[in-house]
Amino acid sequence: MPIDMEQFHEVFFEECFEGLDVMEQSLLIIGQSNDPEVINTIFRAAHSIKGGSGTFGFADVANFTHVLETLLDDARDGRRELNEECIELLLRSCDCLRGMFTLLQAKKTPNLDQSIELIAAFERILRAKDTTVNTAQAEAVIQTSPEGSGSMLSQNSKNDVNTSISTDNKDTKHWQITFVPEPQILLSGNEPLRLFRELADLGKLDTTANISEIPNFADLTVDECFIRWDLELRDSSASKEDILEVFDWVIDECTLNIQLINDNTSTPVEATTSEPSEAPMASSQDKLTTTDGLSQQIASTDKKMAPDVQATSSDKNSLSSSSSSIRVGVDKVDNLINLVGELVITQSMLSELGNNFDITKLEKLSHGLEQLLQNTKELQESVMRIRMLPISFAFNRFPRMIRDLALKIDKKVELVICGENTELDKTVMEQISDPLVHLVRNAIDHGIETAEERIRKGKPEQGCIRLDAYHQGGNIVIEVTDDGKGLDTTAIHHKAIEKGLIDSNEPLSENEIYDLIFQPGFSTASQVSDISGRGVGMDVVKRNIKSLGGRIVVQSKLDMGTTIRVHLPLTLAILDGQLVRIGQQVFIVPLITIVESLQVKPELVNRVSGDMLMYRLREDNVPIIYLYKEFSISADNTDIDNALLVVVESDGQKVGLLVDDLLAQQQVVIKSLESNYKRIEGISGATILGDGSVSMILDIPGLIAASFRRSKAKRQFKAA
Amino acid sequence: MAQILIVDDSASMRNMVATTLKSAGHQVTDAADGQAGLNKAKSSKFDVVVTDLNMPIMNGIDLVRNLRALANYKYTPILLLTTESSMDKKTEGKAAGATGWLVKPFNPDKLLATVARVIG
Repeated sequence: MPIDMEQFHEVFFEECFEGLDVMEQSLLIIGQSNDPEVINTIFRAAHSIKGGSGTFGFADVANFTHVLETLLDDARDGRRELNEECIELLLRSCDCLRGMFTLLQAKKTPNLDQSIELIAAFERILRAKDTTVNTAQAEAVIQTSPEGSGSMLSQNSKNDVNTSISTDNKDTKHWQITFVPEPQILLSGNEPLRLFRELADLGKLDTTANISEIPNFADLTVDECFIRWDLELRDSSASKEDILEVFDWVIDECTLNIQLINDNTSTPVEATTSEPSEAPMASSQDKLTTTDGLSQQIASTDKKMAPDVQATSSDKNSLSSSSSSIRVGVDKVDNLINLVGELVITQSMLSELGNNFDITKLEKLSHGLEQLLQNTKELQESVMRIRMLPISFAFNRFPRMIRDLALKIDKKVELVICGENTELDKTVMEQISDPLVHLVRNAIDHGIETAEERIRKGKPEQGCIRLDAYHQGGNIVIEVTDDGKGLDTTAIHHKAIEKGLIDSNEPLSENEIYDLIFQPGFSTASQVSDISGRGVGMDVVKRNIKSLGGRIVVQSKLDMGTTIRVHLPLTLAILDGQLVRIGQQVFIVPLITIVESLQVKPELVNRVSGDMLMYRLREDNVPIIYLYKEFSISADNTDIDNALLVVVESDGQKVGLLVDDLLAQQQVVIKSLESNYKRIEGISGATILGDGSVSMILDIPGLIAASFRRSKAKRQFKAA
Repeated sequence: MAQILIVDDSASMRNMVATTLKSAGHQVTDAADGQAGLNKAKSSKFDVVVTDLNMPIMNGIDLVRNLRALANYKYTPILLLTTESSMDKKTEGKAAGATGWLVKPFNPDKLLATVARVIG
């Protein structure tokens, strides 16, 4: 029956990617640990990938992993030591395989250049140390072209059976077979009757049981077999291989003698005609082995299995059809089901109440509604938690990366990971991954000093990079810390002046100087290295983090190290908001941006230039933005005195938003404005409030930028 | 129709074997390692056991050995899933008491034919 193999592909790919991750992690620790389980784990991963690839029709991958496996098998059995070179090659193979699977997953044909190169490298290693390694097989692997996996199929020689027959004939052969099983044959689950039944499929079978060897009843052991059989197979088209295939599993548990008695057609015919079901590729080999009287090799039955058609051949949809999936713990799903159950109970209670409602049941109703609120809240939290993944998904790539980088630039670096179980929304995780890589690269390249320099400074030779993640309020904080040379504020200041980013006599606070490193085109590394220092990067990092609604903070001490702290919202779909009212409109200010809310004291308001007002907030001067002017709506209060000011911060810039009233704080579900209407400056999205009205969510950075642009333009207009 | 236990640490392989066998009307139970497989074999009787060789916790060879020690599984057909590179494992598996083997890569038809062969 037709079974669609494609349905298993997605699981298989996921499994392979997991296997490769495991392999990589184990390879990274194999140097430090001599636990045999580590090498076993690596071997198992490679083995599973190979087995699966073969079965699911990815011959290129199977061929490649076969060589890997050979090497690993030697290592596992202690015949070979995995030196640095091997580990390096194996790690590169992981990358190569990952690339191949990514392409296969997208239904594209993988490029084999890299795998062929790696196979050759492995072959060299295998040959160098052990010349007896099956070079024939190895070469077969190299020669295997993308379109054929046939040559890989093994040909097992079965020299223990002597063959005297060298020709195959049609339909009329008469074979005589003597089958003498060893007594314990039954104990391996092999039932002679079954073998005969199978033989009977090949022709007309006569069996004669020889019971002369059966011992006396007293000596008889029930689970031993003492019967021997003489079998006659007539009118058969079967070749000797076909008969041997039947006995394949018991060949070492019996004495078998197969003889061709009578052959009515004397014309030798090609094996293909006698075995019409065979794949054509096998036939030429069969012909060779069977017509060559010298050859005692009997091609194994394996050959009959036509190699699975390459899945890559289907170029019909070159676009990736894979949908991203997410693995969810059963406990999370169970919890969800429980909550839905409770929701159903509450619902039925309320509808019962609604059927014959009178005012005496008011208390019951409010009780029920409260319960509904509770259920909904829990349900929402629970559903959000499904999207949460431990941050180890993002952190796991770093051990490998740091190892490779440290090797490349000859620095000694140790990686410490903390809080890898901290959970984070999947989308946020995917988008934070690249910025994190950049931060870590920077830390190694610019932060950590060379070993000599570190010794000179009295620090341990090995540098340390620490990745930490933890929850803080409704946010997740990710820290990248190094114990390197720290940020040199004077050098940064000089560089910024040199590049014309700031005015030379502009006094800057420490934090303002740190912020300079996020300016486009800024790099303090005097030499651009391969890894970082091209001056693109930190500004991109900052932009990415900003686009996720997060912020980035730098802390550094010269010669002690640098900590870069990234604050991110836990999820992109829900926002903690402060509801504010201006006239008839309710707006939402993201809670994460709010520094404080205060009542304006008239004596602290200063008019600067034009109509720009500044509010003196302790040591800061905070520009005031009139929201009603920004959105051209009417407000109750247009007077600055005694008004309410919400001080918000973005990019280190604080501004005060003038509002009429502060309402509740609540979680709101973000709805995209762009997909439903169009983009509006100063608004990042919308949400629907409890009373059904639509409320806009303020885009604080956008608002600040727009407002500054406008007042600047105004100033220029006035100056002109 | 038979009760079949499939033991393999690879979910895709288990899936593929199970789906194939189910399509032929067999009842399939699966386990991800030898120990889990052994526990399942002890709790109910299977007509055929199909097991991978390389698995964590308990490998296929040990599973075969343990199964054969159980009175219920003395003559039960046990098939090994092997790859062509682990041919020497066949001998080891046979010595432990395995009935036969299925050489990977195999296709669904081959699997069904082999199972049909041992069920008789």
